[in-house]
Amino acid sequence: MHPVIKTVLERLGLGLATLFFVSIIIFSAIEMLPGDFGQAILGQAALPETVAAFRQELGLDKPAYIRYFDWALGAIQGDLGTSFSGRNASGADRSAEVVDKIAPRLWNTLFLASMAALIAVPLSLILGILTALYRNSFFDRSVNTATLTTISFPEFFVAYILILFFASLNQIFPSLANVDPDTNFGERIYRTALPAFTLTLVIVAHMMRMTRAAIINLLASPYIQMAKLSGASQTEIILKHALPNAWAPIATVIAFNLAYLVVGVVVVEVVFVYPGVGQLMVDAVRTRDIPVVQGCALIFAVTYILLNLIADIIGIVTNPRLLHPK
Amino acid sequence: MNCYLTFNQIYTINEKNLSITERFTQKFRGEIKVKDKFIKAQQEKLTLGAIDRRQFMTSAIAAGIAIPTALSLASDAIAATPKKGGKFRMGLGHGSTTDTLDSGTSENHFTLVNGYTFGNHLTEINSDGKLVGELAETFESDDGKTWVFNLRKGVEFHNGKTMTSEDVLASYEHHMGEKSTSAAKGSLSPVKSIKADGKYKVIMELDSPDTDFPYIVSDYHISIRPAGDMTSGVGTGGYIVQSFEPGVKSVLKRNPNYWKEGAAHFDEVELLSIVDPNARQTALISGEIDAMDRVDLKTINLMKRNPNINIMQATGTAHYTFPMRLNVDPFGDYDLRMALKWAVDRQELVDKILLGYGAVGNDIPIGTANYFHNSDLPQREFDADKAAFHYKKSGHSGKIQLSAADAAFAGAVDAAQLMANSAKKAGIDIEVIREPNDGYWSNVWNNDAKGWCACYWGGRPAETMMFSAAYVAESKWNDTMWKTTDSAVKFNKLVKDARKELNESKKRDILYECQRLIYDDGGLLCPLFNSYVSANSKKIAHGKIAANWDSDGAKCVERWWFA
Repeated sequence: MHPVIKTVLERLGLGLATLFFVSIIIFSAIEMLPGDFGQAILGQAALPETVAAFRQELGLDKPAYIRYFDWALGAIQGDLGTSFSGRNASGADRSAEVVDKIAPRLWNTLFLASMAALIAVPLSLILGILTALYRNSFFDRSVNTATLTTISFPEFFVAYILILFFASLNQIFPSLANVDPDTNFGERIYRTALPAFTLTLVIVAHMMRMTRAAIINLLASPYIQMAKLSGASQTEIILKHALPNAWAPIATVIAFNLAYLVVGVVVVEVVFVYPGVGQLMVDAVRTRDIPVVQGCALIFAVTYILLNLIADIIGIVTNPRLLHPK
Repeated sequence: MNCYLTFNQIYTINEKNLSITERFTQKFRGEIKVKDKFIKAQQEKLTLGAIDRRQFMTSAIAAGIAIPTALSLASDAIAATPKKGGKFRMGLGHGSTTDTLDSGTSENHFTLVNGYTFGNHLTEINSDGKLVGELAETFESDDGKTWVFNLRKGVEFHNGKTMTSEDVLASYEHHMGEKSTSAAKGSLSPVKSIKADGKYKVIMELDSPDTDFPYIVSDYHISIRPAGDMTSGVGTGGYIVQSFEPGVKSVLKRNPNYWKEGAAHFDEVELLSIVDPNARQTALISGEIDAMDRVDLKTINLMKRNPNINIMQATGTAHYTFPMRLNVDPFGDYDLRMALKWAVDRQELVDKILLGYGAVGNDIPIGTANYFHNSDLPQREFDADKAAFHYKKSGHSGKIQLSAADAAFAGAVDAAQLMANSAKKAGIDIEVIREPNDGYWSNVWNNDAKGWCACYWGGRPAETMMFSAAYVAESKWNDTMWKTTDSAVKFNKLVKDARKELNESKKRDILYECQRLIYDDGGLLCPLFNSYVSANSKKIAHGKIAANWDSDGAKCVERWWFA
């Protein structure tokens, strides 16, 4: 078997094993959450009887391991269970399937993540390569300072600054990114512009500096010296000789940041009122809507595992030595 | 006896406006020298409902305006007759992905406003603070025990079905049924039986007389829905739900067949859940929404500078409390409770926690907005000597723990710290324990593990309702456990008497005494009545603003219009 395929299969197997352990961790962590769904949803108004009625109806009185297997088996078949909210005792159960609750929001999150990634990834690669090319120049220093400044501020601060300049003082972009399934594509891009810029500013520094460091690191290698001695230009050396060997660390950092764009943007969602999956999860934790929390956590875990897998594969297929084994 | 009329006459919650206006007027007289500015402000207040027409006239004449001119000024302000049309977008500081259209689980201001927008109830509290019939055209009782609700004829649900007693019965069953998970189950527990008498009459039998019962049926939980469909958001209200995304928004359009006259003026409505206060304010400033609730007090002065925005304030029945549990040591001791009540600098709390947007509380859960508020009780103020005297008498020594978290109310932990600080001057050592917000209502509040904690109450329009909610012995929310002292026993008997009493002046005497008992002996430390502070674009016009809930009694959508 080709070593690349073998490695990919290996990683995939490991990924599945990781997922299994993660699912156990998710389940036990949620078991340990304090509070009770019935009390959370009824708030101050919860009476012991109404809470008990809720618990029984939701099957929360069953032992934990049975509930784990029910959930895990369902999840394998793509059924994440039924959300706890929206129930009532009169028989009419209007609570939504977790999948139906997560799907539209996951789509929103992926849309925003892709938009931010489409701006941030090329931008940071280009900046990374340019700063490596002109390292220690004025350009290099100013790009470094600027990106480090934006990453150092908390996201909500960056978001408020952008709102101040682009929504409040000059009304170029809307401050509310409230999209719904009927919003058309152009409108969607316009509405999500400010959150996408915010995320771009937050993640560029990491990727750009990794690109720069990986390339500079390689420039000291003997084979680069060789290329230099053979008369290759600086641009040629970086693009043709250094970059192919630098993809692995860059891909890892990009994967890390893309995963962050999917799972870690709840603050940006709140500031821009964007209906993403982060907000859903925070609400679900607050109200103890366990199936939704578990579903979100599982999807986040899958995102991390998949993106890291892709980064690994990119690292392997772009590595000339692994690609052409002796 | 026809209680419809009697209730109208008795329960005018509106008296509070007098004192607020007087304060306002005096303030304005001192500060503003330009007459026009003063008149304009008065005109605004007249439209806002902060003063009535007569007060406006008095102040205008005092400012040297001739009577005919004053009259026309008043008309200018009020003449803004409601206009139909437009799309109203409102940003609300609540809303969660677990919200539903089932009024039984309604628990936050988003679901409240949304619920009142598409649904109606048997009775409602109008913008004057009076209880009037809504889906029940009239209601009456001879003994306070058997209540007859005469339903309005020709009211249609959004699905075309005509509203009859069958639907009312089904709606009540939804909240009262044995397995019901409705939050209104508790408040409807006194209802022994409910039956229909023909298509347009519903008779409810209570297990004991309660002359304030019609207030309970105006509760936002008990919305009237068509039989068989309690959860999909079909109601009789002024707007029809087009789409509802929990925690995101609710889109509604005007109900062309709405039965209520002079209500529901907008064509379309979009209620947005914008939990972040900054996002809400930015949206209002940049014109993406027309109104918002819960203005962040820290930035209110910046918002006031914006020429396109109106700030509104309403002090209603909502209050912040620090209940002491009598069954937990050392709060069973009368003198210790009294010491703590005297050890709080209430004005400081109003100034620092509410930034002035509120009023001092007097250790009774009844505010000046309530009709039977006992104003004879002297206002408690910080008094180190009295506090020290009672503290010494109680014989207690050592730390007294006070649990607080911002889940109780914004600034609860700071308020507790300020209280600890002022108590120190009287030699009382309060240790503030910061509790996690998570699970606060189940693990800290109303829990014997914590003898003293922070809490908030939305308040109730009727005094006996507030007492039943948290102060009578059988209430499950009796967070002070004030049940067995002589005063408490007397209080419980008096509340029962008050519920039976149909004579206003006798009822007043009983309710005044109830308040005095809580004031003196109760475990309630109530230092603050908070105001609802909201903001809207100047394009929005409205009549008098109700104070029973935030957002014009949570009915702004059917009451407001575009000027």
